[in-house]
Order: sequence, then C-alpha cells, then structure tokens
Amino acid sequence: MLDRLTEFFFPKQVSTFASDIDNLYFFIFYSSVALFFIVVFGMVYLAVKYRHKKGEELKLTSSKDHSNLLESLFFIIPLILVSITFVWGIRSYLKMVIVPDDAIEIKVTGQSWFWTFDYPDGGTTLNELVVPSNQPIKLVLSSKDVLHSFFIPVMRSKMDALPNRYNVMWFDATQEGVYDIFCTEYCGTGHSQMGAKVIVMKPAQYEEWANELGSDDDSIPLDELGAKLYTKKACNTCHTLDGSSLVGPSYLQTSQMWGQERVFDDGTSTVIDENYIRSSILEPQTQIVAGYQSVMPTYQGLLNDRELDALIAFLKSLNEDSQI
Amino acid sequence: MSNHNPDAPKHLKHYFANVDQQYETSKFAMWAFILTEVLTFAGLFVAYIVFRSWYPDMFVDAHKLLDVNKGLMNTIVLITSSLTMALAIWAIQKNNRKLSLIMLIATFVFAFCFLGIKFLEYSHKFEVGQLPGEYYSYMGPEVVHLNNPHIFFSIYFIMTGLHGLHVAIGMGLIAWLIYATYKGNLSSEYYTPMEMIGIFWHLVDLIWIYLFPLFYLIG
Amino acid sequence: MSENIKQNYLNHPKGLMSWLLTLDHKRIGLMYLVSGILFFFLGGLLALVMRMELAAPGNDFISNDTYNNVYTLHGAIMIFLFIIPAIPGALGNILLPLMVGAKDVAFPRLNLASFYIYSFGALFAMYTIINGGVDTGWTFYTPYSTQSTSNVVPMTLGIFIIGFSSILTGLNFIATVHKMRIPGLTWYKLPLFVWALYGTSLVQITATPVLAITMVLLMLERFLGIGIFDPALGGDPVLYQHFFWFYSHPAVYIMILPAFGIISEIIPVHSRKKIWGYKFIAYSTLSIAFIGFLVWGHHMFTSGQSVFSQIVFSFITYFVGIPTGVKIFSWILTMYKGQVSFTPPMLYALSFLFLFTIGGLTGIFLGAVALDIHLHDTYFVVAHFHYVMQGGTIVAFLGGLHHWWPKSFGVMYNQTIAKICAFGVFLGFNGTFFPQFLLGLRGMPRRYATYSEEFVELHSYSTFWSGILGISIFIAIMNLFWSFIKKNKVDPGSNPWGGMTLEWTHTSSPPHPHNFEEEPVLEHGPYDYDKVIVEKTYK
Repeated sequence: MLDRLTEFFFPKQVSTFASDIDNLYFFIFYSSVALFFIVVFGMVYLAVKYRHKKGEELKLTSSKDHSNLLESLFFIIPLILVSITFVWGIRSYLKMVIVPDDAIEIKVTGQSWFWTFDYPDGGTTLNELVVPSNQPIKLVLSSKDVLHSFFIPVMRSKMDALPNRYNVMWFDATQEGVYDIFCTEYCGTGHSQMGAKVIVMKPAQYEEWANELGSDDDSIPLDELGAKLYTKKACNTCHTLDGSSLVGPSYLQTSQMWGQERVFDDGTSTVIDENYIRSSILEPQTQIVAGYQSVMPTYQGLLNDRELDALIAFLKSLNEDSQI
Repeated sequence: MSNHNPDAPKHLKHYFANVDQQYETSKFAMWAFILTEVLTFAGLFVAYIVFRSWYPDMFVDAHKLLDVNKGLMNTIVLITSSLTMALAIWAIQKNNRKLSLIMLIATFVFAFCFLGIKFLEYSHKFEVGQLPGEYYSYMGPEVVHLNNPHIFFSIYFIMTGLHGLHVAIGMGLIAWLIYATYKGNLSSEYYTPMEMIGIFWHLVDLIWIYLFPLFYLIG
Repeated sequence: MSENIKQNYLNHPKGLMSWLLTLDHKRIGLMYLVSGILFFFLGGLLALVMRMELAAPGNDFISNDTYNNVYTLHGAIMIFLFIIPAIPGALGNILLPLMVGAKDVAFPRLNLASFYIYSFGALFAMYTIINGGVDTGWTFYTPYSTQSTSNVVPMTLGIFIIGFSSILTGLNFIATVHKMRIPGLTWYKLPLFVWALYGTSLVQITATPVLAITMVLLMLERFLGIGIFDPALGGDPVLYQHFFWFYSHPAVYIMILPAFGIISEIIPVHSRKKIWGYKFIAYSTLSIAFIGFLVWGHHMFTSGQSVFSQIVFSFITYFVGIPTGVKIFSWILTMYKGQVSFTPPMLYALSFLFLFTIGGLTGIFLGAVALDIHLHDTYFVVAHFHYVMQGGTIVAFLGGLHHWWPKSFGVMYNQTIAKICAFGVFLGFNGTFFPQFLLGLRGMPRRYATYSEEFVELHSYSTFWSGILGISIFIAIMNLFWSFIKKNKVDPGSNPWGGMTLEWTHTSSPPHPHNFEEEPVLEHGPYDYDKVIVEKTYK
C-alpha cells in the first residue's frame, strides 16, 4: 500500500536517503490529513447544526467563547506533531549534508544553459552525469554566470550553483538507470531546457566508461561524430535542426545559407564558411546574428580540433530531410 | 465641515476632536516614521557589517583614504545644528519668534556647511578615482595590495549619500519652517511642525554620529 | 432611509475634481478598489496566458522569453500592485475610520498622497509592459537581474515608489488606531479587522524600508556597478536574497493579516455569535507579524547556508504555524451555538477556512528542511503559496467585498449569482492548484515554459480548471459592480447582516460624507451577540 502511494506521489527512490525523506513526507501527510479532516468536519458539522433555520427568530446566542481544555489541545497536539517533524527534518537533513569520506568527487558547473561535469581522473561530459551505483558521489557545484540549481528528483536532492562559491551535495545511487536532472533556479531564456541526465552504471561498467572517457572518437566519421556532439555538448538546447529559431539560429538555416552573407546586429556581415563557424563556437560574443541575443557561452577548451571539425562537417551535411 | 466648531483654532483640522488629540497624533506618527527611517539605514548597516566581516583588513586600510579632519568638522557642524534646532523650538515655546527665526537660519546655514564640506570630500574622491564599484580607479601605493577596495567606497558612497539626501531634505523642511515662522504661522500655541521637523533633524544628526566612527575611525 | 441616501459620500460633493482631490477616506478607498481590481484582472489574464502555454509540453502557444515575461509580470502585478496596496488601501481605507468611530484617518492629505504615489509607481510598472516586459521573476534575483536586458529598472523603480505609498498608508493607519478611537472604544473592544490592519501596518512600516533600500541597491548595481551583489567585483548574490526575503517574508503577512481580519468579521456576524478567543486572535496577529521577521531564511534552504542557520530558520518557522492553527480552530468554534446563515460572504469565509488550512498545512512540509530540499522551487511551492495567497487572501478579499458592499455603496447584489460564483471559485481553485502539489512532488520545477511528457496530464487538468476559476472570479466581481450600475437598486438598509460594529450600527449605507451624522456612542462590544439582538435590515 505504502509502496503504491510512494509511486503515486514521488518519482523513483534511487538515493540511499530517498526512502527516509519519503517517510518523513508520509508522516506529515497523514498528520495533516487528520488535522484537515478535523477542521473540515468540525466546520461543516457546526455550520449545518447551528444553521439559521427558515422562520426562526433571531435570538441571543451563547456567550461561550473559550474552553481551556480545547485550546490546550489545539496547542499541544500540533506542537507535538511539529516537534516530531522538526527533529525528523533535521536528522534527515544532517544525513544529507555529511558527505562520506570515500565519496568520488565530481565538479559540476552550471552555465546558461547546460551543465558540465569534470571527473576526478580527467575528462569532461556535458549534460550527462555518469556515476557508479552503490558508491557515494560528492558533487561540488558552481556557476559561471547567473544562479542555477541542480536538482535530481530521484535522489531527492538539490543545491544551488552560485557564481562566487562552491556548494556541496552528495548522493549514493542504489539503482542503475537514466534519470532526469533539472535546473530549478530561474536563469533566463533557456531555463526550462536546462535539463541533463544522470546515468547510474554498475561500478565495473563505470570503470570501463571512465577509462574510455577522454580517448578520442577517432574511429567514426566526422559528420557522425558531429551529430553525437550536437546533443552531447548541448548545442540542441539553443539550436534546432528543423529551421525553427530557439535562443540561437537553427543549424539548418545556417547550413542552407552556406557561402552567403550573414548580417550581424552591429550592421556588419560576413560570409558563412568554416572559419566563421569555428569562431562563432569559440568566440560567440564577437559576432551576434541580427535578431538574436548575445547569450552563447564560449566553447574554448570544451572542444578539441577534431571535434570542431566534426561539428562543422555535421552542420554542412544538414538538409531538409535530415533525421537525428 | 458642517460640524466644525467656529471657536476652534485655525490650525485644528475638523476631523480631530481637539488640539491635544491632533498634536498627540502628529507626534505619534512622527515617531513611527523615525522607526521606518531607522530600519532603512539598518539595512545598509547590515551590508556594512557583512562586508566588513568578509574584508576586515581591506576596510581598515581603505578607511585611511578618507579625510578624518573633514569628517570631524562635519560631526561638529551637525551636532551644533542639532543644538540650534533645539533652541529654535525652545524659543518658539517661549513665544520668542525672533530668536526662533535666528536659530532656524543658523541651523540652515550649518546644514549648508555640512553639505559643502561633503561636496569637497566627494569632489576629491571623484578626482582621484576613489569611486564605487567598477568606476573605482585609484591605484595609490597604500591600496594596491588591497582586496576589492571599491566595495568599501560603494558602501561609503551609498550610506553617506543617503544621509546627505536626508540633510538636503531637512534643509528644505527648515527653509519652509523659516518661512512659516517669519509669516507668524507658528507660535507657542501651535508649533507642531517645528517640533516634528526637529525630531527628524535629530535623527539625521544621530545617524551621522554612527556613520562617522564606522567609516572614519575604524582600525 | 431615503433621506440618508440623499446625502452620502458618493454623491456629495459632486464633480470630477471633488473625486480627484478628495480627502475622504471612503472615496480614496474606492479609488484604490477600482485600480486594484483592474490590476487583479490584468494579473489574472496573465495567469491564464501562462496556463494556456502549460496546457501542453512544448512551446505551442508562446516562446520561452514571452513566458518568462508573463510569469514575472503576473507575480509582480499581483503582489506589488494588487494584494499589498489594494486590500489595506481599499477595504482598510473605507472601513478603518468607520470602525473606530472617527471622521477620517489621522492624515487625510497623506492618505490621498499615498494613493497618487501608488498610481505613479503603477505607471512605471505599466511602462514596463508597454516597453517589452521584464523577465527576472518577481524576486529579481541577482546576478540575473543585473545582467538581464529587459526593463528591470522601470519595474524596480515602480516597486520602490509603491513602497513609499505602503509606508505612508501604514503610518496613517497606526496613528488612526492609536489616536482616533472614540472614547470608550478600548483596545479589547476594537473589531478584529482593526487589529489585523494594525498588525499589517506595523509590518508595512518596518519591512518596506528594507525593500526600498534593496531595490535602490539593485538599481545602483545596474547603473553604476557598485558590486555589492556582483561576484565578479567581490560582492555576493546571496546577500541580495537575504535582503529581499527579509522584506518579502514579512510581506506575506502584509498580504494575509488583512484576510485574517476580514474572516474574523464575517464569521461572527453571519453566525450571530460572539467570536471565539478574541484576545488570542488579537495577540496572535501581532505575534505572527513579529515572528514573520525571523524566518526569511526558509526561502533559502538550498542556497548553501550554514547547517546551523538551516536548523534555526526551520525551528522558528514552526512558531508561525502554531498560532495560525489555533486561529483556524477559533474561527470554526465561533459557529458553535450560533445562528449560521449561508450568505455569500459566509460561503467565502468557509471556503477560506478550507483552502487556507491546506495552504497552512503544506507550509509544514516545506518547513522540514530535508523535505524542502526536494520540494524547493518546484510546483509544490507554487501550489502552497497560491493556496495561501489566492485561497487565503483573495478568497477572503472577495468575501469582504460581498460583506461590506451593501454598506459601502448602499446597494445589494444578486445573491444567487454571488453564491454560484463562490462555489465556482472554490472548485476552480482546487482544480487548478491541487494537481500542482503532485506535480511538485514528482519533481516538476517552477518557472518552466516547457516540460517533459510525464507531467502533461496534471498540467492540462490544472489549465482546464483555471478557466473555470477565472470565469467565476470575473462574474463574481461583475455581479458586484452590476448592482451598483443597474437602475432598480435594492436597498439593503443600514445593517443588512445584523453587524454590531460601528460601521453597521451608527451610519447609513452608503455612509454620510463625514461618516457619522452625530458623534457615535459605543453601546456594546463588537461581537456581543449574547447581550443584544441586532435586527437585520435585509430580507
């Protein structure tokens, strides 16, 4: 019964402290339902019982306006309930802030509008947090621009990413799977798209993955690598492939304009070619396409030369019928 | 105004029962307003405390760039003006309009001196670039090693600026008092506006008495 | 009766200038009421635009940027232009002097000035809309608000100006309550609405200056880059949150305390019963106002405060909950052995008790730190504060309007339509916001223009009911104004519900230009239904 209810109210319980928090929820929930029924039942009962019946004379009513017994009850019962809630809330909270010593530390950086994850053995991923199961993971959060907040519903955990200091959160995932991450601190145009995934793997699988991380995807053709990077590096948050505009111009539009002039908001223009694409990825603030805002972060250091080539090849390959 | 008593004094508003009630109400509201003022500055004092606790050394070193003599002079000027203000009220209570007028003018002049000295201080800071936030450009030998000295000047300019604005508003009010006293609208019968503005003026003085040591005398 | 209607504050004196320059608190209150309701409609329209966008997961209706503007303006208009100024400004202005037996508020000129300052501030907010909106959220969190290219400055300037209006109204009310009561009207004989306005005013004059200074710092940050909130210049964006919530949490009580006052009037009158626990309700109003200043940190449980702060803020937060709970029980017990009539105001009051209880209880979930970490900035919070602000304040406001409408304007609205609308508001409200609790628990973050498929069912459900809510509120208010316009006015008499406070017993409907034809003499307490039978003049 409780499991069914938990499924109804909450996302999956994946972290070690999730069930504790859900139990706290149910404690407050049942106490609240009880109090709520007392209130509503009392209200309806008194209102109906003492309703002014048709034809009844107006009369002097009772002067009763207090009852020490009732008032003490109304005071003491909620006091007991909130005291339990308070202590429980704090105890569970302390478990959430004390990070185990053997935790793997991953650096999380928020930036409008994607997340970057730096792993302890080198290597970086964008919008994909890969972690082993049954192993405490410590996340050190910060932001490169405005406030963001890192929220993993299945872990029941959340922490703001601030531009001037580091915040810490941790979790220990108990089940393998792919789960949602949301940004919960409003950060502008792309706020609702600033999602990411946490991928929980078996430890052995994670080891393998971690070893491969950083090694180049040399084997696959450039345009296919570009297609992978398009989602992996979060280009898709702002640039579509179907010609519609989001925060930035669509790749399809740029591809179709290949070799033609592009006009910028300062009135200058340039021909769309490989050099233009490369500089607009690495130095996006220098040339802003007319009608768009200067919001794209630089990818300097996040893409190597082969990856840049791959993205350019991918963009050139696009046409109306492209399917990703 | 149907039920206004024809014998009531001119300054009594029709919705008050009597002069006492009207006076008490004004005085009460003035003190409530003083509470509001105190909380306005309290917000800034909190900002001061926060930043001072983050950058204790910077605050101590940066404060040396302020001119203590001018600050001290301003303190004396303002305390004196508080005294003349109090004397003006005392004089009007004794129905000595002439003395009251002189004292009000003296208060006005002192307030003007305060702003004048403040102007000299500010203009020097503008010249050398000891300015708030990103406009800060002063790179003298005593500050090059400092961590974020512009923060000190941000807070300095906001707090003394807001205080200066109060002084200016106070001057406007005192000018009006001078006019009203000169016209003979105020007397020992009715001097509520002068008393209220007096309270305000003492508050402006009091805030400066906190600002002076917090900016000029730390370390 | 007809003689009373001959000369009242609505028709005497005549002429546009006599309205624009009026010093009469009732006329000023009416001007606040009309402007407040216009802003309420505007804010409500924006809410419906948001619900339209959220009916389906993608950007089907409006773009992200438009959505961000719409939700920011919805919040800012509802809070700063409607709830905070309009409820004390409208109902408070009309009723407070009547309730204490005064001819006017303590400073009528200041009162008029407050209204114009409010209008002036509102102009800036309107300019913001015409000029393309503002997209920071009504909280204006730095550093986003210092970088955004939208109209942050006009909006914050508008709020800053409206803040002055709030402070001046607060000063005026406090002075009125302290000094303008008629002889014999001691503190414990004051109607509880007066206590509530008193508590509200105290918060207004103590919290609003901090908001004003925060808005000034934000504007200076944008104009001059002073660096107080800018991490790049050694400042701290979290400091902004402390400043902002130090005002904005007490502001929650500016919004809810008048509602408590309205409910404390409606229930005893329509139950014809002495109110339960008068002194408790009066004192808890003040203690809630005070404790409200100490809990701002619970808005920042995920900002990385020290563990100690988290514990302290969580602890103090519960001290708001308990007196509020006892208040709810007191209102319910007031009906015990009374004569309860299910009039439109009473239906709103009962609806308030139902909705506000949910709003209050869900606050307990959010006060528990460990659980708040999961729920923070999700739809659970959205649902919670709408249950408090709309289910609480606005439902009480509608109840208050229906309660005092016949007194203020000397006309009675259509009772049947009013009752149907009260049900419509109740159902529409629950239908709109209850699903949002579930959305939040399942992890749906707030301020999202788009969302993933899993949330679509609850969102579309919420959108459907929001339409019913909107229509019900609109008809309810139109029903009121219609009674004012139509020709064959129903005369409710001076005391339609049989109230015992001075505005019912000692003046006509609508009241005399100077409130009372002769100085009122207090004959009984505000709720002495056990001592005196007061006849109803309606039905």
